[in-house]
Amino acid sequence: MNNLNMEQLTCQYLDVLKELGNIGAGNATTALAQMIGCKIDMSVPQVKLLEFAELGNIVGKEDELMVGIYLQVEGDIEGNMMFILQKSSAARLVNKLMCGMLGVTDEEIINHEFGEMECSAIKEVGNIITGAYLNALSSLTNLKIYPSIPQLGIDMASALLSVPAVQFGLYADKILLVQTKFSDDIELDGYFILIPDMESYEKILTTLGVM
Amino acid sequence: MSEVIKVGMAAMAVCSGEDAITTLGLGSCIGIAIRDPESGIGGLVHIMLPDSTEIRNNANRPKFADTGIEDLVSEIVKKGGSRNRLVAKIAGGAQMFAFSSSSDMIRIGERNALASKKKLEEMKIPLLAEDTGKSYGRTVVFYPKTGDYIIRSVGMPEKVI
Repeated sequence: MNNLNMEQLTCQYLDVLKELGNIGAGNATTALAQMIGCKIDMSVPQVKLLEFAELGNIVGKEDELMVGIYLQVEGDIEGNMMFILQKSSAARLVNKLMCGMLGVTDEEIINHEFGEMECSAIKEVGNIITGAYLNALSSLTNLKIYPSIPQLGIDMASALLSVPAVQFGLYADKILLVQTKFSDDIELDGYFILIPDMESYEKILTTLGVM
Repeated sequence: MSEVIKVGMAAMAVCSGEDAITTLGLGSCIGIAIRDPESGIGGLVHIMLPDSTEIRNNANRPKFADTGIEDLVSEIVKKGGSRNRLVAKIAGGAQMFAFSSSSDMIRIGERNALASKKKLEEMKIPLLAEDTGKSYGRTVVFYPKTGDYIIRSVGMPEKVI
């Protein structure tokens, strides 16, 4: 197996990774749309090779309050996955799931404190849609992928993103990630971020026959 | 005009006068602030991992507590700070996600804090204050002139150490 060098990633590799992101996020978005019963759009996935210093900016402002659902991936592929969305988006999402229990006006909803129920609901959303994402990847590549139990964090964007960054930092000085944005007309705005570790990139590319 | 310099992950900066250095959203990383109180020259390094010797790929020196502190100290001295007068404050090292397993990678925040303190002690730089651990992110601003290290977290009052 060739040793994958991040500086030498060709367009073909990037296209394959983009396609993976597309398939994974497509499934995840469908799962989310079915769950809350409305139409959700997703962007063309981006594959980015970033300096660590740039990482905080990829989902908006570095100190913006976000809700992150983070899980580790094990099995044939190892790495990290994060489903991250603005706190206000998360509140609206939870409100939809809980049949309007958070409030009536938008202001009431987004300022609602997240209690145990709300956290549990958003975690379950994370569980289902990251599961959908990874399932799609797994059936495409024929690799075994086991997600860990998702963990919830509500904090500043870059503080949440530093967790997968540190894991990747063990191997490399730049971070390679597959990012997909999803949104509906007004209320939701969030990202799927998949960060396999270096060896897993090689495995994925090899199973798909491009390396 | 005073300026606020922004430092990202695995990066550092040194300044003096009225200028300040900030880093947004420290999670398990640590912001190590070192200054010379007399000349008012100081700097901040945003480290991600505890120990450069544990890892093969360790060329990026500000990424690690040990090499990051070494480089920050030599940069401050180069800009005119006195090596013997240096003092330090640290913040960060949170555990952002509560995993049930206690593997080393999960406790990275705690290990970062320990490694930073150990390195400072080795280099005989007194640690004046710290705000580490817990489970929330921190945005920090460091003023080398006064030594104020301001810490902001979500839903908590601003803290100065």
